[in-house]
Amino acid sequence: MAGLRYEAPNTVDAAIGLLSEVAGAKVLAGGTDLLVQIREEMIDPDLIVDIKRIDETRRIEITPDYVKIGAAMTGAELGENEELAAMWPGVIEAVELIGSWQVQGRATIGGNLCNASPAADSVPAIIASGAKIVVAGPQGVREIPAEEFPKAPGRTALEANEFVVSLVLPVPPKRSGDAYLRFIPRTEMDIAVVGAGVSVSLNEDGTCASARVALGAVAPTALLVKDAIDALLGSKLDDVTLEKLDKAARDACNPIDDKRGTIEYRTKVAGVLVRRTAAIAWERAQKQNG
Amino acid sequence: MLGRGHKNKMAKHSVTTTINGDETEFNCDTHNTLMDVLRSELHMTGTKNGCGTGDCGACTVIMNGRSVNSCLVLGVEVDGAEIETVEGMAQGGTLHPLQQKFLDHAALQCGICTPGIITQAKAFLEKNPDPTETELRFGLAGNLCRCTGYDKIIRAVLDAAAEMRANK
Amino acid sequence: MSDNQKSGVVGGNYRWVGNNTRRPDGVDKVTGRARYGDDMVLPGMLHMRMLRSPHAHARILSIDTSDAEAMKGVKAVVTHKDVPDHPPAKPPFGPAVSDFHDLSRNIMAREKVLYDGHAVAAVAATTESIAKRAVRKIKVEYEILPHVLDPYEAAQAGAPILHEHQFTLGLEPKPKEPSNLFRTLGGEQGNLEQGFENSDLVIEREFSSQPVHQGYIEPLACVASSSEDGAVELWTSTQGHFVARTLLSRLLNLDMSKFRVTASEIGGGFGGKTTIYHEPAAILLSMKTGRPVRSVMTRGEVLRATGPTVGSVCRIKIGAKKDGTLVAADAEIWYQAGAFKGGPVARATDSFFSPYKIPNARTACHDVCVNRPKAAAYRAPGAPMATWAAEAVINELATEFGLDPVEMRLKNAVKEGDTSLMGTKHGRIGCIEVLEAAKNHPHYNAPLKKNQGRGFALGYWLHGGGLSSASANLLDDGTLTLALGTPDIGGSRSSMRAMAAEELGIDIELVKPAVVDTASLGYNHLTAGSRTTYATGMAVVNATREIIEKLCSLAAFKWEISVEEVRWDSGEALPADKYAGKLKPFSLKQLAKMAPGTVGPIAGHSEINAKGAGASFCAQISDIEIDPETGGTSPVRHTVILDAGRAISPDYVEGQMQGGAVQGIGWALNEEYIYDDNGRLLNTGFLDYRMPVASDVPMIDTLIVEVPNPKHPYGVRGVGEPPLVPAPAAVAIAVENAIGRRMGDLPMSPPKVLAAMDAQKLAAE
Repeated sequence: MAGLRYEAPNTVDAAIGLLSEVAGAKVLAGGTDLLVQIREEMIDPDLIVDIKRIDETRRIEITPDYVKIGAAMTGAELGENEELAAMWPGVIEAVELIGSWQVQGRATIGGNLCNASPAADSVPAIIASGAKIVVAGPQGVREIPAEEFPKAPGRTALEANEFVVSLVLPVPPKRSGDAYLRFIPRTEMDIAVVGAGVSVSLNEDGTCASARVALGAVAPTALLVKDAIDALLGSKLDDVTLEKLDKAARDACNPIDDKRGTIEYRTKVAGVLVRRTAAIAWERAQKQNG
Repeated sequence: MLGRGHKNKMAKHSVTTTINGDETEFNCDTHNTLMDVLRSELHMTGTKNGCGTGDCGACTVIMNGRSVNSCLVLGVEVDGAEIETVEGMAQGGTLHPLQQKFLDHAALQCGICTPGIITQAKAFLEKNPDPTETELRFGLAGNLCRCTGYDKIIRAVLDAAAEMRANK
Repeated sequence: MSDNQKSGVVGGNYRWVGNNTRRPDGVDKVTGRARYGDDMVLPGMLHMRMLRSPHAHARILSIDTSDAEAMKGVKAVVTHKDVPDHPPAKPPFGPAVSDFHDLSRNIMAREKVLYDGHAVAAVAATTESIAKRAVRKIKVEYEILPHVLDPYEAAQAGAPILHEHQFTLGLEPKPKEPSNLFRTLGGEQGNLEQGFENSDLVIEREFSSQPVHQGYIEPLACVASSSEDGAVELWTSTQGHFVARTLLSRLLNLDMSKFRVTASEIGGGFGGKTTIYHEPAAILLSMKTGRPVRSVMTRGEVLRATGPTVGSVCRIKIGAKKDGTLVAADAEIWYQAGAFKGGPVARATDSFFSPYKIPNARTACHDVCVNRPKAAAYRAPGAPMATWAAEAVINELATEFGLDPVEMRLKNAVKEGDTSLMGTKHGRIGCIEVLEAAKNHPHYNAPLKKNQGRGFALGYWLHGGGLSSASANLLDDGTLTLALGTPDIGGSRSSMRAMAAEELGIDIELVKPAVVDTASLGYNHLTAGSRTTYATGMAVVNATREIIEKLCSLAAFKWEISVEEVRWDSGEALPADKYAGKLKPFSLKQLAKMAPGTVGPIAGHSEINAKGAGASFCAQISDIEIDPETGGTSPVRHTVILDAGRAISPDYVEGQMQGGAVQGIGWALNEEYIYDDNGRLLNTGFLDYRMPVASDVPMIDTLIVEVPNPKHPYGVRGVGEPPLVPAPAAVAIAVENAIGRRMGDLPMSPPKVLAAMDAQKLAAE
């Protein structure tokens, strides 16, 4: 048996072939989670498949119908794409909140999804955007709605030998906006105690035409919060709506007590953050009134 | 190094990269990070080891124009890349403005975080040559310093930025 | 941006002392040349890894190292069987406890493991990877025992006992049952009961705090190399290589002279690198294998197994007259020493009330063993928690009486001639000057915005003196080398160089200081206790003055006059008295050139036990803004006011003030050790051990007050420790003032702040 192998295939098919070849092979994108897990001896794989040399994982495609983001695009690269940042500012903000500048140069949007931490910053924003996750595997390519992708802490909807190639986001309609906020005790270099992603589209009269609200770090996986969406639909963002939103968020929480926060605290802050995030998304949507 | 290393034998990789402008070849195992390679293989110990998990920034180097924690990059990943480390900053016996300003402003005490902070500041100023204090503080948030309370570091980098802008 | 200022009463016009000068170690540090603990490589070096306990408290039934030893590439394994045992130390114990029975067990668990992370075995192998795998092949059988983490609980009867041989000291009759309470130190004066009776108001409160780590960025690292003749060379990151030599030779029963310990450049210490941890194992493995052995701890090992400072539980009661006069004060504090006795209880008792004259006062400070890593010094060990309790209650009294907090303190401030509860008779001190400077600082009365609170606190620290040696060598070209034995942790080489250049009257760049190994100089105590610039500085001044004497003798010899008729001024030997102006002065450079052909090499050295370092005072003003919905905290303004005696290098003094303040901000707001129910540490990395990052803090304003210390040639007082003493207090009081409710428990993390705000709302309804 050889030591830890490293392969950097150029095609999706080659990557799937490698993943199929060695049980427990790990996909490497930015490595900011994977390398820590190996260092801390949490995992001990026999093969690392680096997907950064596969063209599909490394590009941003913006069409009139959809936006496609390669899974191995880093936070820094996404933040530098002005067109993307104008369309989905909340998603980009969320990705850019993952770690320091140094981590931003490495950590990828696909990696943040696949690490499947309940507190992953980008995931609530991605769910709120209505994104689909493009997955390739031995049976071909399939798309998974973002909210169905995380299954449990550390576990995703990926089947054996599958990997995430890209994410497909819709092109937001007129009068749309999204936002992501998280709470951390410090100002940087921290894991979200609570994260909230909201995207809204408004009618001409300023009421909410469509909305998606997602929470992170308050349950085993990031959640799409149906009651919070219902609270927004057809409404303006007045105090009554905000109060309903706050309550819906709190009711959706099923958090744990851990070193980063208590159940009571996470639940309260989820309500606060959803209100604040919705306000930013709303303001952005109103500004897009043209 | 990462994890438990090899089980039976190493999977050696032959890597060619450019470090501070010099073409450099080295051999490494998959488990060796760029920090391991720089410090143990190439004896470039200016890049410091503080945590190994990307939380302190002491091992910051610039890779293809972006700052990274070298403890979170595999050695094998840098094949064909351009790497800049603190050892490459002073040119022909003259300190880089950031290095000089760190001395002028007494922006270091024990100095273990200094190479990483200077390297990060260089990468940051290339993207944002005229930052506000707040922008700079967030730009350096991935670099822990326990001695200075950051005050003099912020002053030194802002002063260096002004000088670098003036000399452009 | 903020500013840094100086104010004070210092006279004296110096060329280097008191001016900002470039640090001599600076260029090496900004270019990456400086060599730290982890930067040393020796040929044939082996790599060491340690096996550490996963249990908080367990009996070791057996250790089987055979599978590890059988691995290819594994050269040796050591366990407690390889570490010489020592009998428990016997009383009387000084303020600091030294017990080799404990030390031998802390560096390698013997009968029991006493905390998560306790070292159990060490492996040396040809590669780090083999060493890591070998550690996993060591089989240890444990019998898990109940554990205790809280110092108050641990001191009660019925608590799980860590050391069956430890009986509380000083009790009559001698107790029959062993106890985790090692001893209680304290002091008492006046009549407490009467004092409280005579007070117009008495406030009693409880406080608690969690252990916090020094948080140095350089993990502990060393390389040990022993040879067949019994000599041991050790390269290590330490605050005291002479102290390490003493500890290692006694622990390992080896001659002290056989050790040569070199202090690497040190990547932060803050008290945490004042003892030995992995060095004995590295030396024992080097002895077994005959090869150099390197050990570098991981960050997780540093947090799990090296001393944080003590956590605390405190009860305090202070009584005062309506006019603000403090009448009576009583404090009791339980310090969690960790797995072995030796918490900084003496310092706690000195810290509670020392800034004030209180006629009736008592302190009782309990040194309690718990299943946590043995506490180590952390910048003013024992002082910040005691200071917080006393300062918070004094502020509350001031508020109740409608008095200005600084005015109330001025009314009670200690001055020259007063004696502390611990019996320190103060010389010239700057308590009043620091308070006046705080009162007059624009920050003190600046308006606050919504959701902001301000905290004020005063701190006291009695500096160390002690053993220091220095050696100065004048070279033929008129330059000077300076050999020092106290590791330079915050810029001391720069201060030493300034004092030497000042004495000699030469350009500072002509002096090259270096920290040398233990074979090259007389004994030096630690770089700790803010003693270095004071004590080592005195040795440097003495050593350079010896050179001046020799230069004057040489000039006298050349001029054929008596040495009494020569004086030294501004780098020159001048003829004095009847020869004044009649002979051409000799410059230092000329004399240095003449020396080899006449009197021979010129050097000076000094070995001292410095006394009289005295106390200094530090005041801090902190503004904290609270997010009313999340309990999040942001420091928005912070000012540090410190009596430095004299700032030899003002910008390095400011650096100490700013660094200490930010450590205090971390301590008060977010840093803490978090254990699970089994006593395992949960936050073993910098991601969850939340030290402040650059974006967490504002600029830190400083004001250096200079009330010179008459015992030092340049008036120096230590500046390392005082900036941390009142920092957590000022920040915690600011948080409480912002939310209008007392919390009393550090850290004031967002969940606790939000809970307190909710409780406050409920109380208001």
